Amino acid sequence: MALTNATVRETLQTRFGAGILETSEFRGDLTLTLDPQALVPVALFLREAPELQYILLSSVTGVDYYGREPRFEVVYHFTALEHGHRVALKVGANEIDPHVPSLAPMFPTANYQEREIYDMFGIIFDGHPDLQRILMPDEWDGFPQRKDQPLVYEEVAFTFNHDAIDAQKPYADK
Amino acid sequence: MGIEEKAGDLGIITTTLDAAVNWGRTNAMWPMLFGLACCAIEMMAAQAADYDLSRFGMEINRASPRQADLMIVAGRVSRKMGPVIRQLYDQMSDPKWVIAMGDCASCGGVYNNYAIVQGVDEIVPVDVYVAGCPPRPEALIHGIMMLHEKVRREKLAPRKKELDVASGRPVFRLESGGTEVREAVGVK
Amino acid sequence: MAIAEPRPHISLPPVASAPVSTGAFPSGQAIAAAASEMQVPSPRQIVAANKRRIQNDPTGEGSMVLNMGPHHPSTHGVLRLAVELAGETVLQLAPDVGFLHTGIEKTMESKTYQKAVVLTDRTDYLGPMINNLSYALAVEKLLDCEIPPRAQVARVLFSELTRLNSYLVWLGTHALDLAAMSVFLYCFREREYLLDIFELVSGARMMTSYIRPGGLAYDLPAEFKPTVQRFLDIMPGHIDEYEALLTENPIWKERTVGVGTINAVDALAVGMTGANLRASGVAYDVRKLFPYSGYEQYDFKLITGTHGDTYDRYLVRIAEMREAVKIAQQALDNLPDGPYATSDRKIWPPSKEEITYSMESLIHHFKLWTEGFKPPVGDAYVAVESGRGELGCYVVSDGSNKPWRVHFRAPSLINLQALPHMAKGRIFGDLIAMIASLDPVLGEVDR
Repeated sequence: MALTNATVRETLQTRFGAGILETSEFRGDLTLTLDPQALVPVALFLREAPELQYILLSSVTGVDYYGREPRFEVVYHFTALEHGHRVALKVGANEIDPHVPSLAPMFPTANYQEREIYDMFGIIFDGHPDLQRILMPDEWDGFPQRKDQPLVYEEVAFTFNHDAIDAQKPYADK
Repeated sequence: MGIEEKAGDLGIITTTLDAAVNWGRTNAMWPMLFGLACCAIEMMAAQAADYDLSRFGMEINRASPRQADLMIVAGRVSRKMGPVIRQLYDQMSDPKWVIAMGDCASCGGVYNNYAIVQGVDEIVPVDVYVAGCPPRPEALIHGIMMLHEKVRREKLAPRKKELDVASGRPVFRLESGGTEVREAVGVK
Repeated sequence: MAIAEPRPHISLPPVASAPVSTGAFPSGQAIAAAASEMQVPSPRQIVAANKRRIQNDPTGEGSMVLNMGPHHPSTHGVLRLAVELAGETVLQLAPDVGFLHTGIEKTMESKTYQKAVVLTDRTDYLGPMINNLSYALAVEKLLDCEIPPRAQVARVLFSELTRLNSYLVWLGTHALDLAAMSVFLYCFREREYLLDIFELVSGARMMTSYIRPGGLAYDLPAEFKPTVQRFLDIMPGHIDEYEALLTENPIWKERTVGVGTINAVDALAVGMTGANLRASGVAYDVRKLFPYSGYEQYDFKLITGTHGDTYDRYLVRIAEMREAVKIAQQALDNLPDGPYATSDRKIWPPSKEEITYSMESLIHHFKLWTEGFKPPVGDAYVAVESGRGELGCYVVSDGSNKPWRVHFRAPSLINLQALPHMAKGRIFGDLIAMIASLDPVLGEVDR
């Protein structure tokens, strides 16, 4: 049986019912928004159910929808190599205390990717074996890819503003 | 070919000590193998067959800073890498020179953001800046030749851009002729 | 004089030619069972484990932690490995990345869709055109726009040339790490031909930004076809040359056969993709499973290995270089004439000529270069097969002219997670061969 968006959605909806908050299709891609409690069972079911076999967890990433609640979203892309089909799962995390269950103990591939999301967005993955910064230095303060963090380190220097920029350099008061 | 032809068979040549030492330094300037990003690939290309950096006595890239004279900072310097670069620079034995290869090492390039040090000259004193993203191997060779020109004009008197004794911070020689002690930029 | 027989301690049978595919995928249950055994430690855990071992070891021999990198000749950039060694044997290791973190994803959020292309080049700097393609495809999926056939074929052609470029650097540095200097010189000699082609079409050797959302940056020049044809004519001979130097070389085989073995189940559990996964016998290639830019029309073999060791990864990549030449040849032969970018004026600017007589074109041109285009609200994930594996690009649009979020699924980072598993219990010298054969590009690992 070849997997299609409709069959996958039906299979998951009949099994997990209320765990699936919303399903959507955009440009032919199936996306399921899940209740955080349902994430681990759905992910394991996707991988292990004989008719699904999404054996590759391709990508885990975070998005910061600043100004919306839940503010953060973690997106998982599963690939079924047998059938050539992808499905995306989304889990929300609120602004004050962002928590999402970790997939890393069951999916070793999620280990670094969840650490990266923690590093960049500050989302805590419950149950992660070793959640700590991966890309930024350990002492770094803040989560750089959040929308309320500034991007720019310093202005671009031209002749007219060169002195003003130089005054902000670490060596300026010497 | 070379000096013995010009000097004939006199057996003795006279020159200044400066010229002899600088001649030696420029003809066997060993770069440290210090590839960071895209520019490192072009640095490798400069050493490979087509561009052949060994023409300048520079084919040996030393992996250890103790054995190197020249640090070619090839690529973007992140805030996490900054302290590492400074430590490696400090480990190099004198005399030592630095080439900032590419836009990122020179001024931050296209990355004006939280992660990248806006020019490696905030961490170590730079002798030659090579522009380009990444610079062509020819550009790197041109930068190296400019550095050689600079070295040939150097005096044996101690170089002024070493560490300030009191604070341990790098001393920079300014255009105006004075010097300036700068604080090395570390990671917050 | 006859070449020496394989050494007795090499347990695996030598592989004569490119291995054949088995075609079967491991089951999800098998992967689930293996996943609980796999672990990806962090440097902090290594140091803690080392302390424990020293405390609990009555003989006092214990182990030591060796820091390899971030400045080390064989880590291919600024990778740091914390390796716990007992003598020469690796007990466990942990990669530490981030020394090249560039903030590319965040910077792309502050640029319009067209301007962000420039940054995609610089993630995986050995395969710039493939990065361009993954981003362009993701944005085009959001826009839902049609790409003319000339651009489609050129994209395939450049993907394959870029793959060759990437594999040449991999082979050169891999051989250099295992002390075969001449291969490095040969590979970089051929790479110059490729860079000349990239320079011909885009004006830049490495950072091309040539494939853009909507089509190609410029049309292909007139001398493009003969130049590429000249390269494709000589390349198979050069691949033979590399093979003559390495494939049956006893030193090469001794350093690679049976080194860094990982089986299909473990490889899928850590999410390995690309030639590394195929060397373990899993027939997953994005070009075959999710064809993009018309890859379904090309005739090429999906190469897989059987043992999943460093030697198989070498054989698979060499065979894929030959396939890449084949695909590029097919693309070059079928390169159609016609427009090189979409005709949708909301996405692609009109020609200079058109601007001189059409007011509407002038307005389009002005709007595009000042404001850019605005894809509808939504998100799209598109994966392409890069030189390192499944390079996914996830773009979220909020309906404005700048991407709300761009994420690259970096195959280098994810493949690197297999290293602790591979190296466990092997000697330190083999670690060098394993890193090189995984072929991580640190620019992509850290982005």
